[in-house]
Amino acid sequence: MTIDVNEQEDGSTIIAIKDEMVIYNVLEQKNLLYPHIKPEHELQIDLSDVSEIDSAGIQLLIFLKNEATRQQTELSFINHSQAVVEVVEIFNLSSFFNDPVVLSADWDNS
Amino acid sequence: MNEYDSAVETFIEEAHELLIDMENALLALEDTPDDKEVINRLFRAMHTIKGSSGFFGFNEIVAFTHEGETVLDHVRNDEREIDDALISVLLDCKDHTSVLLEHYIETPKEPISSELQTAGNEILTKLTGKSSSGELEVTESATQLEGISEGNDLAGSWLISLGFKTEAFKMGVDPLSFIRYLSKMGDIQAILLLTDDVPEEGSFDPENCYMHFKIAFQTEADKQTIEDVFEFASDDCDINILPPNSKVEEYVSLLENLTEDHEQLLGEMLLEVGVITENDINKAIEKQSGEDDGEKPLGQILVEQQVVQHGVVDKALEKQQKVKKKVATESSYIRVDSNKLGHLINLVGELVISGAAMNLMVERHGLPDVEDVAETMSSLVSDIRDTALDLRMVPIGETFSRFRRVVRDVSKELGKDIQLTITGGETELDKTVVEKINDPLTHLVRNSLDHGIETSEQRLAIGKDAKGNIQLNAYHESGHIVIQIIDDGAGLDVDKILAKAISNGLIEEDHNLTEQEVYNLIFAAGLSTKAQASDLSGRGVGMDVVKRNIEGLRGSVNITSAPGKGTTITIQLPLTLAIIDGFMVEASDERYIIPLSMVEECVEMNSSEWEVDEVQHYVNLRGEAMPYLRLGDYFSEHGKSQKHQRESLVVVRFGQNRAGFVVDQLHGEHQTVIKPLGKVFERLAGLTGATVLGDGNVALILDVQGLINKAISH
Repeated sequence: MTIDVNEQEDGSTIIAIKDEMVIYNVLEQKNLLYPHIKPEHELQIDLSDVSEIDSAGIQLLIFLKNEATRQQTELSFINHSQAVVEVVEIFNLSSFFNDPVVLSADWDNS
Repeated sequence: MNEYDSAVETFIEEAHELLIDMENALLALEDTPDDKEVINRLFRAMHTIKGSSGFFGFNEIVAFTHEGETVLDHVRNDEREIDDALISVLLDCKDHTSVLLEHYIETPKEPISSELQTAGNEILTKLTGKSSSGELEVTESATQLEGISEGNDLAGSWLISLGFKTEAFKMGVDPLSFIRYLSKMGDIQAILLLTDDVPEEGSFDPENCYMHFKIAFQTEADKQTIEDVFEFASDDCDINILPPNSKVEEYVSLLENLTEDHEQLLGEMLLEVGVITENDINKAIEKQSGEDDGEKPLGQILVEQQVVQHGVVDKALEKQQKVKKKVATESSYIRVDSNKLGHLINLVGELVISGAAMNLMVERHGLPDVEDVAETMSSLVSDIRDTALDLRMVPIGETFSRFRRVVRDVSKELGKDIQLTITGGETELDKTVVEKINDPLTHLVRNSLDHGIETSEQRLAIGKDAKGNIQLNAYHESGHIVIQIIDDGAGLDVDKILAKAISNGLIEEDHNLTEQEVYNLIFAAGLSTKAQASDLSGRGVGMDVVKRNIEGLRGSVNITSAPGKGTTITIQLPLTLAIIDGFMVEASDERYIIPLSMVEECVEMNSSEWEVDEVQHYVNLRGEAMPYLRLGDYFSEHGKSQKHQRESLVVVRFGQNRAGFVVDQLHGEHQTVIKPLGKVFERLAGLTGATVLGDGNVALILDVQGLINKAISH
């Protein structure tokens, strides 16, 4: 079980990804995540437990965001982990995802 | 001669050269039909002939060449393909132009004959008839350069485009790691992730890579170093690295400072200044050769691949042109009247003689201080002599390449498949010799084509390559030029030659001829082994005339042959006919000159040591029997002269043969101006000419080749 799906009372869904997002598991994650993108159904993906993310993982996030836009539904990523923020910064994608990023106090400053 | 006439003369000479140039270009195109430079040369030649003909009112030539020019222009613009058929027509075109030119020279007043007209029209129909079917190729519009969005203040940054292939992730390549590594090398100023290629659900495979990057990167490292970062991924990623705009200036100035002494390819130049890497070039070349729609210039491809700025390529091209121009002017020629050159050579000859006279005087009066000056003078004179003679030296390649056409035409005519190889074309010899060797060479080559090389079927039947080979080769050997005509044909038929020679009464039935001597029989007058003379050999020049012509140039001709393997004809010629380095000897109070290049060594004629055989005229020179000739006895009118107390043996060599000349005294090296002997002495055996010595006496120049043969047969 790599994701936790939480149906909220307001009809939206929060999914927490409990694993790293790398080339080895992106296929599986895509198959799990994609069915949750439905028209007029708000979706939030919690990235706080993503300990590692690589280019394939980022590409998956991009894909999900694109799909959501195409189906005119809301998708946002929340609680970015340090690993995710770092890569998003490197790839200069903050504006693409347009999510509020909350910096956590216990992150390293490396 | 008025000005008009001399102008016409210049034009004719130029036109002949251009026509020869055209022919060479056309024949070269048969091998490399895509060579733009050759096509341009062809076009220019046609164009120049047309232009100049118009100037002199040779309207037929103008009308005719205009069509040719138009076709060539189409070829030049890739609107028409050049193929064997077109080359053939263009060759006809060239021939016809030549004929028209001849007409205007010989009979300028008369109108063009109707046959000539018809012939011309026929060629034109062939030429233009096809051109209507030639398709116009639409040039692919130049792909627009993709704009790089972050144009603001990135002048000092390298622009790196990374186009990852779809399998990149699976191959273990993670773009992230490269970008992390890059950031250690320098400063990533901006990064643009292009996600347009990420497909929609259905065709999206999360394990495929759909990402492209554009990175603005600031670093001190050079292009190669940056490229090396991506070396590991080079198979899975298209990497283009565009140097910063601020560096363009630097590259331009580097290009400016490139040496100008030789032409370079565009790629080489760009590589040398470091604006592109080897990898960039290879990719561009791969692209260039991979495209079917006409070749794009390398520079354009490089710009399109975004590895170099337009400005740098422009600069490199400009520089390339400049160098080309410079090289072209450096290798330009001055047209000199050959009479003037002849006059100069004569004067130098006289200078050499009076120099010798002066040396003699200095020696006689024993003036040590004058001796130094005289010494310097002599060395200068000999330098001038060499330079003056060098002026008349021309490479034999031009003569050789004329045979391309001969071989091509004759082999078509005979239905044989024959290829001509030329080697040693850069070997130089005197222009007068070149002119005189042309006819004999033509005859020998035609002979080889006609009689030597078999038809393809015959060749295949005996297990040879269907394509016959004929080779023209030239090289220098001991003051001579050696010209060889080598074919891989059937070889000479000894029995046939013998039968013919016997029936013609040239030799007796019970001859003792060696194989070699039999081969040389074909140079004897009245011997033709071919039962039926073809129209090729009906040129009025027999092999005996060939031999006589060559011997007239103080040369020799030799033939070797292996049945079934081929025939080699070797011609040896002196490099020049005017001045030679001679070796002066004296026998019976008469002075003789031996061409120094043929002198091998001088030894004392010591009967006990050399085991001289006075009857057979042989000496044992270090274990080798060598014939010798007493020059005194040979030329003296009294027959045998008295024996001198001290004699010297001069060992001479001509080709493979050696002989010794016995003389009384050795005088040493002497710059010899060859003066031809008068008509009366022309047929004198053993002599080729005379020279005037410093003291006004005459010394005779020995015909070494003839004398060696005499000594051997003695």
